[in-house]
Amino acid sequence: MVVCWHVLRRTALTAGILLGAVSLAVAQPLGTAQAGGGLTPSASAQPAANDTGRAIEQYREAVADSSPGELWEIRGEALWNEVRGPRQVSLERCDLGAGPGVVAGAYARLPRWFADVGQVMDLETRLLHCMVTLQGFARDQLLRETFGDGPRRSAFEALSAWIAAQSRGLAINPPLAHPAEQTAYRVGRELFYQRGGTHDFSCSSCHGETGRRIRLQELPNLSEPAQARPVYASWPAYRVSQGEMRTLQWRLNDCFRQQRFPQLIFGSPASIALMSYLANNARGAEMNAPGVKR
Amino acid sequence: MADPMRIRARMEGEHCVVRVLMSHEMETGQRKDATGQLIPAWFIHRVTATSNGRVVFSATWGPAVSKNPVLQFSFTGAKVGDAIQITWVDTRGERRTDEARVSA
Repeated sequence: MVVCWHVLRRTALTAGILLGAVSLAVAQPLGTAQAGGGLTPSASAQPAANDTGRAIEQYREAVADSSPGELWEIRGEALWNEVRGPRQVSLERCDLGAGPGVVAGAYARLPRWFADVGQVMDLETRLLHCMVTLQGFARDQLLRETFGDGPRRSAFEALSAWIAAQSRGLAINPPLAHPAEQTAYRVGRELFYQRGGTHDFSCSSCHGETGRRIRLQELPNLSEPAQARPVYASWPAYRVSQGEMRTLQWRLNDCFRQQRFPQLIFGSPASIALMSYLANNARGAEMNAPGVKR
Repeated sequence: MADPMRIRARMEGEHCVVRVLMSHEMETGQRKDATGQLIPAWFIHRVTATSNGRVVFSATWGPAVSKNPVLQFSFTGAKVGDAIQITWVDTRGERRTDEARVSA
């Protein structure tokens, strides 16, 4: 059954099934590619990159009011309220920074300093903390279940999707008054430019310059607020090519893998520092997560 | 137990436009796992929509439909407040039915 993008535009008795960005890219009408600006040696491939970008944009619009990401939001809300773990309590006493149990607007104010642990934490690290201290889960076990894969689901991905959605429309505004928050931001910036590994890579190798791309994927310059804002505002995100909800911890973890760095440990100070750097670069953007990625 | 569907049904002129989001792995039967073993096919193969006791949409799906599929269709003869039921059956015989009301 092959269903094209144009089916969605028909108003007659029709049925359309979105098969994902790949088929949309194929189904998309050719031509009218924008001039790419010709900044890179590979400028001749620029129209193709724009076609892919536009196809992804069309897919985002098509699923805007029924993104598969909603399935994780639904699960996340249920998980937050569900009595779980050895202590048989819900997460309703978990303090994400806005007070115990307050979820609305919490994500837009993370990462932040938490006095009870004396540490800056991002959402997922805080959730890990709550699941261990409130619900009594074993930390080691949770760290084996950080990223889902098909039927093997991650509580972090579902909870992150729902909690981020409760900040939709709010401006990203992580606090930066506490010295530890300022340190996290500075360390994150250092890590962003720190070169290393077998390929002498840094985050900035791909994300420190405007107009770069990897194969056909355009790369945002995350050191520029104008480009960091829409990116940060759309994570966590449903990854169409994987059929999974992915979080910022996953995104950073996978960037480390692509750089051939040692594995980034979930909830490590390095992961939190990088998120602090990105969140502060994105300050002022309107949260619009969960987003949809290729 | 399968996760619930998210169903939205809205009147647009004389058409009722229905959008359904389903939670399903939709395994094609052609992928292999880490040990090289084929992952058995497992996908939704029948979808039926009824409204006021009338079947308004039905489909037979194959393995080419994506994971977590989004389905959109429209039909005539509905009015605001009508119930619409969607049922899917997968290749393991599991099924799920959910209901929504048509909104303006």
